[in-house]
Amino acid sequence: MEDLITFFSFQNPNIRYVTGGSMLLAISSALVGCFTFLKKKALVGDAVAHAVLPGICLAFLLSGTKNPIYLIIGAFITGWLSLLLIDAITRNSKIKEDTAIGLILSVFFGVGILLLTMIQHSGNAAQTGLDSFLFGKAAALVGQDLMIFSVISISLLLGVILFYKEFALISFDEDYAKSIGFPVKRLELVLTTLTVLAVVTGIQAVGVVLMAAMLITPAAAARFWTNRLSIMLLLAAIFGAFSGVSGAYISYVAPSMPTGPWIVMMISVIALVSFFVAPEKGILYKLIRQTKIKKRILNENILKLFYQLGEIDQNFEEQRSVAQIQAKRPIKTPTLITGLNALAYQGFLKKQQDTWKLTDQGQKKGQRIVKLHRLWEVYLTTYLRIAPDHVHEDADNIEHILTPELEARLEALLKYPTSDPHESTIPYHKPINN
Amino acid sequence: MDALYIISAGSLVAITCGLLGCFLILRKMAMVGDAISHAVLPGIVLAFLFSGSRDSVIMLLGAGIIGILTTVLIEFFHKKGNLQTDAAIGVTFTSLFALGVILISIYANEVDLDQDCVLHGEIAYVPLDLWITDSGTILGPRVLYVSGFVLLLILSFIILGYKELYLTTFDPAFATAIGISTVLWHYLLMAAVSLTTVASFESVGAILVVALLIAPPATAYLLTESFPKMLFITAVLGIIVSIMGYYLAAWVDGSIAGAMSTVAGLLFLLAFLFSPSEGLAIKKWRSKEMKTEI
Repeated sequence: MEDLITFFSFQNPNIRYVTGGSMLLAISSALVGCFTFLKKKALVGDAVAHAVLPGICLAFLLSGTKNPIYLIIGAFITGWLSLLLIDAITRNSKIKEDTAIGLILSVFFGVGILLLTMIQHSGNAAQTGLDSFLFGKAAALVGQDLMIFSVISISLLLGVILFYKEFALISFDEDYAKSIGFPVKRLELVLTTLTVLAVVTGIQAVGVVLMAAMLITPAAAARFWTNRLSIMLLLAAIFGAFSGVSGAYISYVAPSMPTGPWIVMMISVIALVSFFVAPEKGILYKLIRQTKIKKRILNENILKLFYQLGEIDQNFEEQRSVAQIQAKRPIKTPTLITGLNALAYQGFLKKQQDTWKLTDQGQKKGQRIVKLHRLWEVYLTTYLRIAPDHVHEDADNIEHILTPELEARLEALLKYPTSDPHESTIPYHKPINN
Repeated sequence: MDALYIISAGSLVAITCGLLGCFLILRKMAMVGDAISHAVLPGIVLAFLFSGSRDSVIMLLGAGIIGILTTVLIEFFHKKGNLQTDAAIGVTFTSLFALGVILISIYANEVDLDQDCVLHGEIAYVPLDLWITDSGTILGPRVLYVSGFVLLLILSFIILGYKELYLTTFDPAFATAIGISTVLWHYLLMAAVSLTTVASFESVGAILVVALLIAPPATAYLLTESFPKMLFITAVLGIIVSIMGYYLAAWVDGSIAGAMSTVAGLLFLLAFLFSPSEGLAIKKWRSKEMKTEI
């Protein structure tokens, strides 16, 4: 508790730097990441993250200092070059994009490692700490870093706000953007530049491998909650900020804990929760909806069977056993019994010991489903000219989803046919109940 | 002698990775290879903790399981969560890698591992880690035996399952039609990639594994249309990469793994520009010649 208060009072300048820095980085990469995510280029961030290493080493070799400005410029140049090369390889050869990304990523990083080890072996004392660029050092952020981060993060933020409409258009519908004369190429260049900038700064906090997560994961998590770009950006920024602060907090409470991996861990947990519980798109939601639909289809099929059996015997009031129903259509016994009991509970069937019979309500519903099935078969044979022996399966599916409005239109369109292609009578509500 | 040991170890790893990489890049799964090579980190750490040693079967097993888990998770998020493939890959491997790094920092005292060795590896230590029997006979570097064994394993996998691997790569619909399970062979291939990744980790590091999985096969792909030839060229390129990489590293006094990736990249660049059928420079030159003729 004491830790919590000390931490969130932000009295200690070091806490301020680490928290502020982590938060700014997480927010700006989350925002830029939303666009690369929507453009289905999520992994280019990974490529850039690996490709900055040779740039940093070259900048050090050429300038001889560890001045962050030079290093960032070096990182920026090779990061940018890597994206151009990926593009050039995919456009000019049969190599696919994922192979090009993996190739550039690993080769650039390999060249970087070679340069880094050359520098380390050269005995130049000034190089110590150069590799902190590789693995991140969020916990060691100092005032100067925070200044640089703030400037870059704010320019990223401004970039996103300034080009919001344009980026939105090229992310969702590039062809349309091109057709209305948008400078798509130039805008992509701006987006690429912002991506590289976000990676170059973010990498110092979380390291090479985890940088991809800072771009992709908040965007992926936010995408599950909304279909609107503005809300997605806002959510991604909030998720990023939250994980930035909590990562900083964890490494403050347990100093041996690395900040970067914890930031990524937190954002991964948020994403995982989103994947499962988000309404509409979440995995659990979909699962529940699927089970519901399955149950409804089963129940409707059972009612249909009752009605068909009634048609055969010309008696809709007959008690039917499980075996009788299964003789008409094989449904597994436990599934069937669950369905029968559910229907009895809903008042469509009446249960007597181990037999069931249709209620009036059940008969009406069963009748409607049989009618829809047969109407659809008529429609398919007359309008789409499909052979009568091919229409049954399709009708079996459609009978569960036709709305009353479509039903009425179908009846009118087909002029109330009396029988389906297999010569079965199409039951209408009125004639039967008088 | 040291040079020979290092080059042989490098070649063994490069051939193993390259052969598997041919299937990966043709299945558009290059980045899955990258993901596995990073995601096995927690598996390695956990296996270290359970077995207490580096060279046990448990370690291969632990990482193999995590490797398969990675692909299962990617498939799950992609299919059930409707997440696009690249994002599913990115989210999965980064979170597993983060978990691995956190585990390392929790058990730093018990686990003789750090991020550097995971990422770059150090093939230069190959000759130092000798296999000495109880009676004191020196049998040569241990890594040679491990990577030799893995190469044999992967070779027999590819030879025995060649028809299945080939069909599920090039014509999955036909493979399914004649009763070959694409899912089974997908996971077998992923298991092979995980195994190779783990076995190559300490000698060459995660990034060189990725470079060797992708660069030589991509180069070979530009040089031939025939798949058996592609496998053969990849293996040859693997050996060339090891030899040239070793001497480049010795010349500039740098990391051998880094130098091997650099050479692999240069060879790709040469093929990209000058491949007889695909080369960019060759194509340009041809179209110019055509124009002058006209």
